[in-house]
Amino acid sequence: MESLIVSIYVFTLAVFIGFELITKVPPLLHTPLMSGSNAISGITVVGALLAANANNWKVSTLLGVLAIVFAMINVIGGFMVTDRMLGMFRKDKKTEKGA
Amino acid sequence: MIYLEQFTYLLASALFIIGLKYLGSAKTARKGNQYAMMAMAIAIVITLVVSGIAGPVQIIVGMVVGGLIGGVVAKKIEMTSMPQMVALFNGFGGIASTLVAYSEYLEPTTLPVPLDVNITLILSLFIGTVTLTGSLIAFAKLQGLMPGRPLVLPLHQLLNFVLMIGVVIFGVMYVMAPDVPMWPLLIIAAAAIFGVTFVIPIGGADMPVVIALLNSYSGLAASATGFVLSNNVLIIAGALVGASGLILTQLMCDAMNRSLFNVLFGAVGTDDSTGDAGTGGGEQKTVTRYTAEDAAMIMDTVQSVIIVPGYGLAVAQAQHVLHEMAEILTARGIDVKYAIHPVAGRMPGHMNVLLAEANVPYDVLYEMDDINDEFQNTDVALIIGANDVVNPAARTKKDSPLYGMPILNVDYARTVMFVKRSMGAGFAGEANPLFFDDKTMMVFGDAKAVVTGLVKSLKEE
Repeated sequence: MESLIVSIYVFTLAVFIGFELITKVPPLLHTPLMSGSNAISGITVVGALLAANANNWKVSTLLGVLAIVFAMINVIGGFMVTDRMLGMFRKDKKTEKGA
Repeated sequence: MIYLEQFTYLLASALFIIGLKYLGSAKTARKGNQYAMMAMAIAIVITLVVSGIAGPVQIIVGMVVGGLIGGVVAKKIEMTSMPQMVALFNGFGGIASTLVAYSEYLEPTTLPVPLDVNITLILSLFIGTVTLTGSLIAFAKLQGLMPGRPLVLPLHQLLNFVLMIGVVIFGVMYVMAPDVPMWPLLIIAAAAIFGVTFVIPIGGADMPVVIALLNSYSGLAASATGFVLSNNVLIIAGALVGASGLILTQLMCDAMNRSLFNVLFGAVGTDDSTGDAGTGGGEQKTVTRYTAEDAAMIMDTVQSVIIVPGYGLAVAQAQHVLHEMAEILTARGIDVKYAIHPVAGRMPGHMNVLLAEANVPYDVLYEMDDINDEFQNTDVALIIGANDVVNPAARTKKDSPLYGMPILNVDYARTVMFVKRSMGAGFAGEANPLFFDDKTMMVFGDAKAVVTGLVKSLKEE
Protein backbone atom coordinates (compact mmCIF):
# COMPACT_ATOMS: atom_id res chain seq x y z
CA MET A 1 0.00 0.00 0.00
CA GLU A 2 2.93 2.30 0.72
CA SER A 3 4.13 2.05 -2.85
CA LEU A 4 0.66 3.03 -3.98
CA ILE A 5 0.85 6.25 -1.95
CA VAL A 6 4.22 7.06 -3.51
CA SER A 7 2.81 6.31 -6.96
CA ILE A 8 -0.12 8.65 -6.36
CA TYR A 9 2.28 11.39 -5.29
CA VAL A 10 4.38 10.94 -8.39
CA PHE A 11 1.33 10.84 -10.64
CA THR A 12 -0.25 13.95 -9.17
CA LEU A 13 2.91 16.02 -9.38
CA ALA A 14 3.54 14.87 -12.95
CA VAL A 15 0.02 15.92 -13.94
CA PHE A 16 0.65 19.39 -12.55
CA ILE A 17 3.92 19.65 -14.46
CA GLY A 18 2.11 18.53 -17.61
CA PHE A 19 -0.51 21.27 -17.19
CA GLU A 20 2.19 23.89 -16.63
CA LEU A 21 4.24 22.83 -19.62
CA ILE A 22 1.42 22.74 -22.14
CA THR A 23 -0.73 25.70 -21.16
CA LYS A 24 1.26 28.26 -23.14
CA VAL A 25 1.93 26.28 -26.30
CA PRO A 26 1.02 28.26 -29.46
CA PRO A 27 -1.62 26.67 -31.76
CA LEU A 28 1.07 26.41 -34.45
CA LEU A 29 2.58 23.51 -32.52
CA HIS A 30 -0.55 21.71 -31.40
CA THR A 31 -0.38 18.93 -33.98
CA PRO A 32 3.32 18.13 -33.49
CA LEU A 33 2.75 18.33 -29.77
CA MET A 34 -0.04 15.84 -30.04
CA SER A 35 1.86 13.35 -32.15
CA GLY A 36 4.96 13.83 -30.01
CA SER A 37 3.14 13.29 -26.74
CA ASN A 38 1.36 10.39 -28.39
CA ALA A 39 4.76 8.81 -28.96
CA ILE A 40 5.63 9.43 -25.31
CA SER A 41 2.56 7.47 -24.24
CA GLY A 42 4.26 4.52 -25.94
CA ILE A 43 6.42 4.38 -22.79
CA THR A 44 4.21 1.44 -21.95
CA VAL A 45 6.74 -0.46 -24.08
CA VAL A 46 8.84 -0.70 -20.91
CA GLY A 47 6.08 -2.74 -19.28
CA ALA A 48 5.73 -4.77 -22.46
CA LEU A 49 9.44 -5.69 -22.39
CA LEU A 50 9.07 -7.00 -18.86
CA ALA A 51 5.93 -8.93 -19.76
CA ALA A 52 7.55 -10.57 -22.78
CA ASN A 53 10.65 -11.62 -20.86
CA ALA A 54 10.42 -15.39 -20.43
CA ASN A 55 12.38 -18.32 -21.66
CA ASN A 56 9.47 -20.71 -21.73
CA TRP A 57 6.43 -19.43 -23.56
CA LYS A 58 3.19 -18.75 -21.79
CA VAL A 59 0.12 -16.81 -22.87
CA SER A 60 1.41 -13.83 -20.89
CA THR A 61 4.64 -13.89 -22.93
CA LEU A 62 2.73 -13.80 -26.18
CA LEU A 63 0.62 -10.86 -24.94
CA GLY A 64 3.84 -9.11 -23.96
CA VAL A 65 5.31 -9.54 -27.42
CA LEU A 66 2.12 -8.22 -29.03
CA ALA A 67 2.29 -5.25 -26.65
CA ILE A 68 5.89 -4.62 -27.72
CA VAL A 69 4.85 -4.52 -31.38
CA PHE A 70 1.95 -2.11 -30.79
CA ALA A 71 3.92 0.12 -28.45
CA MET A 72 6.90 0.27 -30.80
CA ILE A 73 4.65 1.31 -33.71
CA ASN A 74 3.39 4.04 -31.42
CA VAL A 75 6.87 5.10 -30.33
CA ILE A 76 8.84 4.99 -33.59
CA GLY A 77 5.97 6.16 -35.79
CA GLY A 78 5.05 8.97 -33.41
CA PHE A 79 8.54 10.37 -32.97
CA MET A 80 9.46 10.08 -36.63
CA VAL A 81 6.34 11.76 -37.93
CA THR A 82 6.72 14.54 -35.36
CA ASP A 83 10.27 15.12 -36.52
CA ARG A 84 9.09 15.14 -40.13
CA MET A 85 6.47 17.77 -39.34
CA LEU A 86 8.74 19.98 -37.31
CA GLY A 87 11.33 19.82 -40.09
CA MET A 88 8.81 21.50 -42.38
CA PHE A 89 8.21 24.49 -40.14
CA ARG A 90 10.38 27.38 -41.17
CA LYS A 91 10.48 31.11 -40.88
CA ASP A 92 10.34 33.35 -43.91
CA LYS A 93 13.93 33.56 -45.08
CA LYS A 94 13.29 36.87 -46.77
CA THR A 95 12.17 38.54 -43.56
CA GLU A 96 14.96 36.84 -41.68
CA LYS A 97 17.45 38.65 -43.85
CA GLY A 98 15.89 41.81 -42.54
CA ALA A 99 14.02 42.98 -45.62
CA MET B 1 21.32 -2.69 -9.68
CA ILE B 2 17.95 -1.46 -8.47
CA TYR B 3 19.47 1.95 -7.85
CA LEU B 4 20.98 2.11 -11.30
CA GLU B 5 17.63 1.22 -12.79
CA GLN B 6 15.69 3.72 -10.71
CA PHE B 7 18.10 6.58 -11.33
CA THR B 8 18.13 5.91 -15.04
CA TYR B 9 14.33 5.98 -15.07
CA LEU B 10 14.55 9.29 -13.23
CA LEU B 11 16.89 10.61 -15.90
CA ALA B 12 14.47 9.46 -18.60
CA SER B 13 11.55 11.14 -16.78
CA ALA B 14 13.48 14.40 -16.55
CA LEU B 15 14.31 14.22 -20.25
CA PHE B 16 10.62 13.67 -21.06
CA ILE B 17 9.75 16.80 -19.12
CA ILE B 18 12.46 18.89 -20.80
CA GLY B 19 11.45 17.48 -24.18
CA LEU B 20 7.81 18.39 -23.63
CA LYS B 21 8.84 21.88 -22.54
CA TYR B 22 10.92 22.38 -25.68
CA LEU B 23 8.07 21.04 -27.82
CA GLY B 24 6.11 24.08 -26.70
CA SER B 25 8.15 26.65 -28.60
CA ALA B 26 8.65 26.86 -32.35
CA LYS B 27 12.39 27.41 -32.10
CA THR B 28 13.12 24.45 -29.87
CA ALA B 29 10.35 22.05 -30.84
CA ARG B 30 12.50 19.75 -32.94
CA LYS B 31 15.09 19.51 -30.20
CA GLY B 32 12.31 18.78 -27.73
CA ASN B 33 11.13 15.86 -29.80
CA GLN B 34 14.68 14.54 -29.92
CA TYR B 35 14.99 14.81 -26.15
CA ALA B 36 11.82 12.80 -25.75
CA MET B 37 13.20 10.24 -28.20
CA MET B 38 16.38 10.03 -26.18
CA ALA B 39 14.38 9.59 -22.98
CA MET B 40 12.47 6.72 -24.57
CA ALA B 41 15.67 5.07 -25.79
CA ILE B 42 17.24 5.35 -22.34
CA ALA B 43 14.17 3.85 -20.66
CA ILE B 44 14.09 0.95 -23.13
CA VAL B 45 17.80 0.21 -22.91
CA ILE B 46 17.98 0.24 -19.12
CA THR B 47 14.97 -2.08 -18.97
CA LEU B 48 16.65 -4.48 -21.35
CA VAL B 49 19.96 -4.36 -19.49
CA VAL B 50 18.82 -4.51 -15.88
CA SER B 51 16.28 -7.26 -16.40
CA GLY B 52 18.88 -9.22 -18.33
CA ILE B 53 16.46 -9.59 -21.18
CA ALA B 54 18.51 -8.76 -24.19
CA GLY B 55 18.37 -12.53 -24.70
CA PRO B 56 14.91 -13.82 -25.61
CA VAL B 57 14.54 -13.60 -29.35
CA GLN B 58 10.84 -12.70 -29.23
CA ILE B 59 11.67 -9.34 -27.67
CA ILE B 60 14.07 -8.36 -30.43
CA VAL B 61 11.64 -9.56 -33.10
CA GLY B 62 8.75 -7.63 -31.51
CA MET B 63 10.78 -4.43 -31.34
CA VAL B 64 12.03 -4.69 -34.90
CA VAL B 65 8.60 -5.51 -36.36
CA GLY B 66 6.86 -2.71 -34.46
CA GLY B 67 9.64 -0.24 -35.19
CA LEU B 68 9.63 -1.01 -38.91
CA ILE B 69 5.86 -0.67 -39.23
CA GLY B 70 5.92 2.60 -37.32
CA GLY B 71 8.82 3.93 -39.35
CA VAL B 72 7.26 3.11 -42.70
CA VAL B 73 3.91 4.65 -41.73
CA ALA B 74 5.64 7.79 -40.47
CA LYS B 75 7.55 8.17 -43.74
CA LYS B 76 4.65 7.49 -46.09
CA ILE B 77 1.73 9.20 -44.38
CA GLU B 78 0.16 12.21 -46.11
CA MET B 79 -0.04 15.29 -43.93
CA THR B 80 -3.77 15.50 -44.59
CA SER B 81 -4.12 12.05 -43.02
CA MET B 82 -2.28 13.06 -39.87
CA PRO B 83 -5.42 13.07 -37.67
CA GLN B 84 -6.28 9.47 -38.63
CA MET B 85 -2.73 8.38 -37.99
CA VAL B 86 -2.58 9.98 -34.57
CA ALA B 87 -5.93 8.38 -33.74
CA LEU B 88 -4.68 4.95 -34.79
CA PHE B 89 -1.39 5.30 -32.90
CA ASN B 90 -3.33 6.36 -29.82
CA GLY B 91 -5.31 3.15 -30.14
CA PHE B 92 -2.12 1.11 -30.38
CA GLY B 93 -0.76 2.76 -27.23
CA GLY B 94 -4.05 1.89 -25.53
CA ILE B 95 -4.03 -1.77 -26.51
CA ALA B 96 -0.38 -2.10 -25.53
CA SER B 97 -1.27 -0.92 -22.02
CA THR B 98 -4.20 -3.33 -21.84
CA LEU B 99 -2.04 -6.24 -23.01
CA VAL B 100 0.66 -5.47 -20.46
CA ALA B 101 -1.90 -5.26 -17.66
CA TYR B 102 -3.57 -8.50 -18.68
CA SER B 103 -0.24 -10.23 -18.98
CA GLU B 104 0.55 -9.06 -15.46
CA TYR B 105 -2.79 -10.49 -14.35
CA LEU B 106 -1.87 -13.89 -15.82
CA GLU B 107 1.66 -13.91 -14.37
CA PRO B 108 1.82 -11.56 -11.37
CA THR B 109 5.26 -10.30 -10.37
CA THR B 110 4.40 -10.39 -6.67
CA LEU B 111 2.27 -13.00 -4.92
CA PRO B 112 -0.15 -12.63 -3.31
CA VAL B 113 -1.23 -9.74 -5.52
CA PRO B 114 -1.78 -6.64 -3.36
CA LEU B 115 -5.20 -4.98 -3.41
CA ASP B 116 -3.92 -1.73 -4.92
CA VAL B 117 -2.33 -3.60 -7.81
CA ASN B 118 -5.65 -5.28 -8.53
CA ILE B 119 -7.50 -1.97 -8.46
CA THR B 120 -5.07 -0.20 -10.78
CA LEU B 121 -5.08 -3.27 -13.01
CA ILE B 122 -8.80 -2.78 -13.55
CA LEU B 123 -8.19 0.87 -14.43
CA SER B 124 -5.45 -0.07 -16.84
CA LEU B 125 -7.57 -2.70 -18.60
CA PHE B 126 -10.51 -0.29 -18.79
CA ILE B 127 -8.74 2.87 -19.98
CA GLY B 128 -6.50 1.02 -22.41
CA THR B 129 -9.41 -0.78 -24.05
CA VAL B 130 -11.60 2.33 -24.26
CA THR B 131 -8.67 4.13 -25.88
CA LEU B 132 -8.31 1.31 -28.42
CA THR B 133 -11.90 0.99 -29.60
CA GLY B 134 -12.62 4.71 -29.31
CA SER B 135 -9.57 5.47 -31.42
CA LEU B 136 -10.52 2.87 -34.01
CA ILE B 137 -13.93 4.51 -34.40
CA ALA B 138 -12.33 7.96 -34.66
CA PHE B 139 -9.95 6.53 -37.27
CA ALA B 140 -12.84 5.00 -39.24
CA LYS B 141 -14.75 8.29 -39.19
CA LEU B 142 -11.78 10.36 -40.29
CA GLN B 143 -10.73 7.87 -42.94
CA GLY B 144 -14.27 7.81 -44.33
CA LEU B 145 -14.73 4.12 -43.53
CA MET B 146 -17.88 5.06 -41.66
CA PRO B 147 -20.10 8.12 -41.89
CA GLY B 148 -18.75 11.15 -40.07
CA ARG B 149 -22.16 12.23 -38.85
CA PRO B 150 -23.15 11.43 -35.28
CA LEU B 151 -24.71 7.99 -34.84
CA VAL B 152 -27.05 7.89 -31.91
CA LEU B 153 -28.46 4.55 -30.82
CA PRO B 154 -31.80 4.25 -29.08
CA LEU B 155 -31.31 4.83 -25.35
CA HIS B 156 -27.70 5.71 -26.05
CA GLN B 157 -26.94 7.45 -22.75
CA LEU B 158 -28.68 4.70 -20.82
CA LEU B 159 -26.51 2.14 -22.59
CA ASN B 160 -23.35 4.06 -21.67
CA PHE B 161 -24.56 4.29 -18.10
CA VAL B 162 -25.28 0.56 -17.91
CA LEU B 163 -21.82 -0.20 -19.32
CA MET B 164 -20.17 1.98 -16.69
CA ILE B 165 -22.16 0.34 -13.91
CA GLY B 166 -21.19 -3.01 -15.42
CA VAL B 167 -17.51 -2.13 -15.28
CA VAL B 168 -17.83 -1.11 -11.63
CA ILE B 169 -19.66 -4.34 -10.72
CA PHE B 170 -17.20 -6.54 -12.63
CA GLY B 171 -14.38 -4.62 -10.99
CA VAL B 172 -15.71 -5.25 -7.49
CA MET B 173 -16.28 -8.91 -8.30
CA TYR B 174 -12.76 -9.14 -9.64
CA VAL B 175 -11.20 -7.60 -6.53
CA MET B 176 -13.16 -10.02 -4.34
CA ALA B 177 -12.21 -13.05 -6.43
CA PRO B 178 -9.15 -12.31 -8.58
CA ASP B 179 -8.78 -15.97 -9.50
CA VAL B 180 -11.99 -16.07 -11.53
CA PRO B 181 -10.76 -15.42 -15.10
CA MET B 182 -14.17 -14.22 -16.25
CA TRP B 183 -14.12 -10.83 -14.49
CA PRO B 184 -11.15 -9.17 -16.17
CA LEU B 185 -12.42 -10.42 -19.53
CA LEU B 186 -15.85 -8.94 -18.82
CA ILE B 187 -14.21 -5.64 -17.89
CA ILE B 188 -12.35 -5.63 -21.21
CA ALA B 189 -15.52 -6.51 -23.12
CA ALA B 190 -17.58 -3.75 -21.46
CA ALA B 191 -14.75 -1.25 -22.02
CA ALA B 192 -14.53 -2.22 -25.69
CA ILE B 193 -18.23 -1.57 -26.23
CA PHE B 194 -18.06 1.64 -24.22
CA GLY B 195 -15.22 2.96 -26.38
CA VAL B 196 -17.43 2.50 -29.44
CA THR B 197 -20.60 3.97 -27.98
CA PHE B 198 -18.56 6.83 -26.56
CA VAL B 199 -17.25 8.03 -29.93
CA ILE B 200 -19.96 7.13 -32.48
CA PRO B 201 -22.38 9.91 -31.39
CA ILE B 202 -19.69 12.55 -31.95
CA GLY B 203 -19.74 14.24 -35.36
CA GLY B 204 -16.84 14.65 -37.75
CA ALA B 205 -16.50 18.36 -37.03
CA ASP B 206 -15.84 17.63 -33.37
CA MET B 207 -13.02 15.21 -34.11
CA PRO B 208 -10.28 17.65 -32.98
CA VAL B 209 -11.73 17.37 -29.49
CA VAL B 210 -12.04 13.59 -29.64
CA ILE B 211 -8.47 13.09 -30.85
CA ALA B 212 -7.11 15.36 -28.13
CA LEU B 213 -9.16 13.50 -25.53
CA LEU B 214 -8.09 10.06 -26.76
CA ASN B 215 -4.50 11.26 -26.67
CA SER B 216 -5.03 12.08 -23.02
CA TYR B 217 -6.53 8.61 -22.43
CA SER B 218 -3.58 6.83 -24.03
CA GLY B 219 -1.34 8.62 -21.55
CA LEU B 220 -3.58 7.74 -18.63
CA ALA B 221 -3.60 4.10 -19.76
CA ALA B 222 0.21 4.06 -19.69
CA SER B 223 0.13 5.71 -16.28
CA ALA B 224 -2.30 3.13 -14.92
CA THR B 225 -0.02 0.38 -16.20
CA GLY B 226 2.80 2.14 -14.35
CA PHE B 227 0.75 1.86 -11.15
CA VAL B 228 0.29 -1.86 -11.77
CA LEU B 229 4.03 -2.40 -12.26
CA SER B 230 5.07 0.24 -9.67
CA ASN B 231 7.14 1.82 -12.42
CA ASN B 232 7.64 5.56 -12.04
CA VAL B 233 8.75 6.36 -15.58
CA LEU B 234 5.49 4.93 -16.89
CA ILE B 235 3.51 6.88 -14.32
CA ILE B 236 5.30 10.16 -15.06
CA ALA B 237 5.38 9.95 -18.85
CA GLY B 238 1.77 8.79 -18.92
CA ALA B 239 0.66 11.58 -16.59
CA LEU B 240 2.42 14.20 -18.72
CA VAL B 241 0.58 12.99 -21.81
CA GLY B 242 -2.68 12.72 -19.91
CA ALA B 243 -2.38 16.32 -18.75
CA SER B 244 -1.31 17.73 -22.09
CA GLY B 245 -4.14 15.92 -23.86
CA LEU B 246 -6.65 17.39 -21.42
CA ILE B 247 -5.34 20.92 -21.96
CA LEU B 248 -5.58 20.58 -25.73
CA THR B 249 -9.09 19.18 -25.35
CA GLN B 250 -10.05 22.23 -23.32
CA LEU B 251 -8.46 24.61 -25.85
CA MET B 252 -10.41 22.99 -28.68
CA CYS B 253 -13.66 23.26 -26.75
CA ASP B 254 -12.97 26.92 -25.99
CA ALA B 255 -12.28 27.56 -29.67
CA MET B 256 -15.72 26.23 -30.51
CA ASN B 257 -17.34 27.80 -27.48
CA ARG B 258 -18.69 24.46 -26.38
CA SER B 259 -18.33 22.62 -23.14
CA LEU B 260 -16.62 19.26 -23.18
CA PHE B 261 -19.85 17.75 -21.90
CA ASN B 262 -21.72 19.25 -24.82
CA VAL B 263 -19.22 17.90 -27.35
CA LEU B 264 -19.30 14.40 -25.89
CA PHE B 265 -22.99 14.08 -25.22
CA GLY B 266 -24.60 16.86 -27.23
CA ALA B 267 -24.60 15.22 -30.70
CA VAL B 268 -24.79 18.69 -32.24
CA GLY B 269 -24.37 19.27 -35.96
CA THR B 270 -26.44 16.24 -36.75
CA ASP B 271 -27.57 14.50 -39.91
CA ASP B 272 -27.08 16.67 -42.92
CA SER B 273 -23.48 17.57 -42.18
CA THR B 274 -22.35 17.09 -45.75
CA GLY B 275 -25.46 18.93 -46.99
CA ASP B 276 -24.29 19.85 -50.45
CA ALA B 277 -27.84 20.51 -51.56
CA GLY B 278 -28.21 24.28 -51.33
CA THR B 279 -29.63 24.98 -47.92
CA GLY B 280 -29.98 28.67 -48.59
CA GLY B 281 -32.91 29.12 -46.26
CA GLY B 282 -36.53 30.06 -46.85
CA GLU B 283 -36.64 33.12 -49.06
CA GLN B 284 -34.60 32.88 -52.21
CA LYS B 285 -31.76 35.33 -52.06
CA THR B 286 -29.40 35.88 -54.90
CA VAL B 287 -25.76 35.08 -54.88
CA THR B 288 -23.22 36.70 -57.15
CA ARG B 289 -21.19 34.06 -58.94
CA TYR B 290 -17.77 34.83 -60.26
CA THR B 291 -15.01 32.99 -62.04
CA ALA B 292 -11.35 32.67 -61.15
CA GLU B 293 -10.57 35.26 -63.84
CA ASP B 294 -12.88 37.78 -62.17
CA ALA B 295 -11.15 37.12 -58.88
CA ALA B 296 -7.74 37.61 -60.49
CA MET B 297 -8.84 40.99 -61.85
CA ILE B 298 -9.84 42.13 -58.40
CA MET B 299 -6.52 40.93 -57.01
CA ASP B 300 -4.81 43.24 -59.46
CA THR B 301 -6.21 46.31 -57.80
CA VAL B 302 -5.70 45.57 -54.13
CA GLN B 303 -3.04 46.25 -51.56
CA SER B 304 -3.77 43.73 -48.86
CA VAL B 305 -5.14 40.20 -48.78
CA ILE B 306 -5.86 37.93 -45.86
CA ILE B 307 -6.24 34.27 -46.75
CA VAL B 308 -8.49 32.11 -44.59
CA PRO B 309 -7.77 28.43 -45.28
CA GLY B 310 -10.17 25.70 -44.18
CA TYR B 311 -10.36 21.96 -44.40
CA GLY B 312 -11.70 22.16 -47.97
CA LEU B 313 -8.29 23.50 -48.96
CA ALA B 314 -6.59 20.44 -47.51
CA VAL B 315 -9.04 18.02 -49.07
CA ALA B 316 -8.42 19.57 -52.47
CA GLN B 317 -4.65 19.53 -51.82
CA ALA B 318 -4.60 23.17 -52.86
CA GLN B 319 -2.10 24.41 -50.28
CA HIS B 320 0.87 24.30 -52.67
CA VAL B 321 -0.77 26.23 -55.47
CA LEU B 322 -2.16 28.64 -52.90
CA HIS B 323 1.35 29.35 -51.73
CA GLU B 324 2.34 29.98 -55.37
CA MET B 325 -0.47 32.52 -55.63
CA ALA B 326 0.58 34.20 -52.41
CA GLU B 327 4.13 34.50 -53.72
CA ILE B 328 2.95 36.13 -56.95
CA LEU B 329 0.88 38.63 -54.97
CA THR B 330 3.72 39.33 -52.56
CA ALA B 331 6.10 39.89 -55.47
CA ARG B 332 3.71 42.61 -56.66
CA GLY B 333 3.95 44.36 -53.34
CA ILE B 334 0.63 43.13 -52.00
CA ASP B 335 0.53 42.41 -48.30
CA VAL B 336 -0.48 38.76 -47.90
CA LYS B 337 -1.27 37.13 -44.59
CA TYR B 338 -2.92 33.91 -43.50
CA ALA B 339 -5.52 33.84 -40.75
CA ILE B 340 -5.76 30.51 -38.96
CA HIS B 341 -8.83 29.71 -36.90
CA PRO B 342 -8.05 27.43 -33.94
CA VAL B 343 -10.27 24.63 -35.25
CA ALA B 344 -9.25 24.87 -38.90
CA GLY B 345 -8.47 21.35 -40.10
CA ARG B 346 -9.26 18.09 -38.40
CA MET B 347 -7.03 18.20 -35.36
CA PRO B 348 -5.58 21.01 -33.25
CA GLY B 349 -3.02 22.92 -35.31
CA HIS B 350 -3.56 20.73 -38.38
CA MET B 351 -3.77 23.67 -40.80
CA ASN B 352 -0.38 24.96 -39.66
CA VAL B 353 1.21 21.65 -40.58
CA LEU B 354 -0.48 21.54 -43.98
CA LEU B 355 0.73 25.04 -44.81
CA ALA B 356 4.20 24.29 -43.49
CA GLU B 357 4.31 21.32 -45.84
CA ALA B 358 3.57 23.73 -48.70
CA ASN B 359 6.56 25.82 -47.59
CA VAL B 360 4.45 28.65 -46.22
CA PRO B 361 6.67 30.28 -43.59
CA TYR B 362 5.04 30.21 -40.20
CA ASP B 363 5.55 33.88 -39.50
CA VAL B 364 2.96 34.87 -42.11
CA LEU B 365 0.38 32.69 -40.31
CA TYR B 366 -1.66 34.64 -37.81
CA GLU B 367 -3.84 33.38 -35.03
CA MET B 368 -7.37 34.62 -34.78
CA ASP B 369 -6.83 37.04 -31.91
CA ASP B 370 -3.81 38.60 -33.58
CA ILE B 371 -5.42 39.28 -36.92
CA ASN B 372 -9.08 39.89 -36.26
CA ASP B 373 -8.62 43.66 -35.93
CA GLU B 374 -6.86 43.83 -39.28
CA PHE B 375 -9.75 42.71 -41.45
CA GLN B 376 -11.35 46.17 -41.41
CA ASN B 377 -8.25 47.61 -43.09
CA THR B 378 -7.94 44.78 -45.58
CA ASP B 379 -9.01 44.87 -49.20
CA VAL B 380 -9.77 41.20 -49.73
CA ALA B 381 -10.52 38.35 -47.37
CA LEU B 382 -10.01 35.20 -49.43
CA ILE B 383 -11.76 32.25 -47.81
CA ILE B 384 -10.84 28.87 -49.21
CA GLY B 385 -12.73 25.79 -48.16
CA ALA B 386 -13.85 27.25 -44.84
CA ASN B 387 -17.31 28.24 -43.77
CA ASP B 388 -18.38 27.85 -40.13
CA VAL B 389 -15.33 29.67 -38.78
CA VAL B 390 -16.27 32.83 -40.73
CA ASN B 391 -20.04 32.63 -40.35
CA PRO B 392 -21.37 35.89 -38.84
CA ALA B 393 -24.43 33.99 -37.62
CA ALA B 394 -22.18 32.92 -34.75
CA ARG B 395 -22.33 36.51 -33.48
CA THR B 396 -26.01 37.23 -33.78
CA LYS B 397 -28.23 34.23 -34.31
CA LYS B 398 -29.02 32.96 -30.86
CA ASP B 399 -30.60 29.67 -31.92
CA SER B 400 -27.69 28.70 -34.14
CA PRO B 401 -25.43 25.82 -33.12
CA LEU B 402 -22.57 28.19 -33.91
CA TYR B 403 -23.81 30.96 -31.63
CA GLY B 404 -21.04 32.28 -29.42
CA MET B 405 -18.20 30.62 -31.31
CA PRO B 406 -15.40 33.13 -31.91
CA ILE B 407 -15.08 33.68 -35.67
CA LEU B 408 -12.68 35.40 -38.02
CA ASN B 409 -14.08 38.84 -38.85
CA VAL B 410 -13.85 38.42 -42.61
CA ASP B 411 -17.06 40.39 -43.11
CA TYR B 412 -15.23 43.57 -42.08
CA ALA B 413 -12.93 43.34 -45.10
CA ARG B 414 -13.79 45.51 -48.12
CA THR B 415 -14.31 42.50 -50.37
CA VAL B 416 -15.03 38.95 -49.30
CA MET B 417 -14.14 36.12 -51.65
CA PHE B 418 -15.34 32.60 -51.04
CA VAL B 419 -13.80 29.70 -52.91
CA LYS B 420 -16.17 26.84 -52.23
CA ARG B 421 -17.54 23.76 -53.89
CA SER B 422 -21.18 24.63 -53.33
CA MET B 423 -23.63 26.71 -51.38
CA GLY B 424 -23.75 23.98 -48.75
CA ALA B 425 -23.69 24.87 -45.11
CA GLY B 426 -20.72 23.84 -43.00
CA PHE B 427 -20.57 21.00 -40.51
CA ALA B 428 -22.73 22.94 -38.13
CA GLY B 429 -25.50 22.99 -40.74
CA GLU B 430 -25.89 26.76 -40.42
CA ALA B 431 -26.42 28.80 -43.61
CA ASN B 432 -23.92 31.62 -44.00
CA PRO B 433 -25.61 35.00 -44.54
CA LEU B 434 -22.35 36.42 -45.79
CA PHE B 435 -22.80 34.52 -49.08
CA PHE B 436 -25.60 36.93 -49.95
CA ASP B 437 -23.80 40.12 -49.00
CA ASP B 438 -23.21 42.69 -51.75
CA LYS B 439 -19.49 42.76 -51.19
CA THR B 440 -19.16 39.00 -51.38
CA MET B 441 -17.86 37.21 -54.45
CA MET B 442 -18.64 33.52 -54.63
CA VAL B 443 -16.28 31.49 -56.77
CA PHE B 444 -17.63 27.96 -56.97
CA GLY B 445 -15.43 24.99 -57.65
CA ASP B 446 -12.76 22.72 -56.29
CA ALA B 447 -10.26 24.78 -54.30
CA LYS B 448 -7.29 23.53 -56.27
CA ALA B 449 -8.93 24.13 -59.67
CA VAL B 450 -10.01 27.65 -58.72
CA VAL B 451 -6.69 28.71 -57.23
CA THR B 452 -4.83 27.21 -60.18
CA GLY B 453 -7.07 29.29 -62.45
CA LEU B 454 -6.31 32.34 -60.35
CA VAL B 455 -2.59 31.79 -60.64
CA LYS B 456 -2.87 31.31 -64.39
CA SER B 457 -4.82 34.54 -64.83
CA LEU B 458 -2.44 36.45 -62.61
CA LYS B 459 0.53 35.23 -64.62
CA GLU B 460 -1.05 36.14 -67.96
CA GLU B 461 -1.44 39.77 -67.10
